[in-house]
Amino acid sequence: MAKYRCPGCGYTYNENDGDVREGYPPGTPFAALPEDFVCPDCAVRYKEDFELAEA
Amino acid sequence: MTTTYTVDDPVKGRIEYSDRKRYLWMSSLFMPLFPMLGIALYYLFDSQWMLVLPLVFSYCVIPVLDYVIGSDTDNPPEEIVPQLDEDRYYRILTWLTVPMHFIVLIGIAWFVGTQDLTLWSVLALAITAGSYSGLGINTAHELGHKKPAFERLLAKVVLAVPAYGHFCIEHNRGHHKDVATPEDPASSRMGESIYKFVLREIPGAFRRGWDVEKERLSRQGRSVWSVHNDILQSYAISAVLQGGLIIAFGWIMVPFLAIHNFWAWYQLTSANYIEHYGLLRAREASGRYERCQPYHSWNANYIFSNIVLFHLERHSDHHANPTRRYQSLRNFEGLPELPNGYYGMYVLAYIPWLWYKVMDKRLLELPHINGDLGKVNIDPDRREEILRRYGKGQGEALAV
Ligand SMILES: [Zn+2]
Repeated sequence: MAKYRCPGCGYTYNENDGDVREGYPPGTPFAALPEDFVCPDCAVRYKEDFELAEA
Repeated sequence: MTTTYTVDDPVKGRIEYSDRKRYLWMSSLFMPLFPMLGIALYYLFDSQWMLVLPLVFSYCVIPVLDYVIGSDTDNPPEEIVPQLDEDRYYRILTWLTVPMHFIVLIGIAWFVGTQDLTLWSVLALAITAGSYSGLGINTAHELGHKKPAFERLLAKVVLAVPAYGHFCIEHNRGHHKDVATPEDPASSRMGESIYKFVLREIPGAFRRGWDVEKERLSRQGRSVWSVHNDILQSYAISAVLQGGLIIAFGWIMVPFLAIHNFWAWYQLTSANYIEHYGLLRAREASGRYERCQPYHSWNANYIFSNIVLFHLERHSDHHANPTRRYQSLRNFEGLPELPNGYYGMYVLAYIPWLWYKVMDKRLLELPHINGDLGKVNIDPDRREEILRRYGKGQGEALAV
């Protein structure tokens, strides 16, 4: 599964782990995150700003 | 004893930097002495007048010191920022300020609860305690933006002192996303006085914080009334702390704590009022607002008040890099600049006609606005009046 990285602060969304605190269970694909997803750490980068860090 | 950071940059060669403010940041540990100073002097001179001195210090002496001591020329190079951010010395100082906020509130409450004081003295002490707890919100702001869970926990704990547990969620997820737009209850509009702003800001912030937390919990499949609710956790600490003070020191604590809490919140309102006054992000064709730019925040680069506020006044860099640590925040030339530090600007904001006189001109003269009222966040109730006054006949086109 892939990892996506916030270009602003470096937060990384790992599809394997999801983000449980944010309510995205392990295995949630990045594409399945809501369209208005913002970076949970800095909140100034949107879903479309995220970069593929590792396929 | 200085710490020098070096980096070998492929283009710029060797860059060296040592932080001249390194030890000045320790003053955050001595800050509690100011609210306590009035009490010490009261015993020394046996006069209740001494109890107003900490307020005189905050709202009169700090602005003068900012004026006299002036700007801070120290600016870490961008290449050094990662090393400076990692230096643990700085973060430990913010951790240590957390217990101080509990000690000061309990100390002042004890004094109010056990001494025979006039009503005016109780009022002065409640405001003094509130302004120090306002600094506690500033500490929570620094901690709440950081990634380590421990620091976010400390933010939640220190927010309990002024009973403002929803702040970090509302600020990080709400304000940073919506800053400098008409939708943001924590960005003030041109022509909006602080007394009008506070009625929009305090309830708006509460609602937005609660909604964001409710949404997060619902994604987890939990109710908002859950022990996992970060806001309720902080409020629970507030209930224990403030309830305990009422039990210990009696009913005088009810008005004392009400004024204390309000004044702490109002310090935050004051900061929010001056940080983005009138600034507006443009709407892009997609309907989304442009990304927050450095010219969407008002800055102040005065050395004294910046030390008091953990560099909060270097506000543009904070919005560009919200997780960056205070010691690494940078100043830039050519940004919207306030004519005094935050404390001096708070006092100015409390006198609306004087605020407009100083700030409206400054706002319209910003290079990216250059008199174009279409690029200003204007109070809708005063839009026509402002267009008539500053619009130079282009009001029709601008009233979109
Ligand atoms: Zn981010």
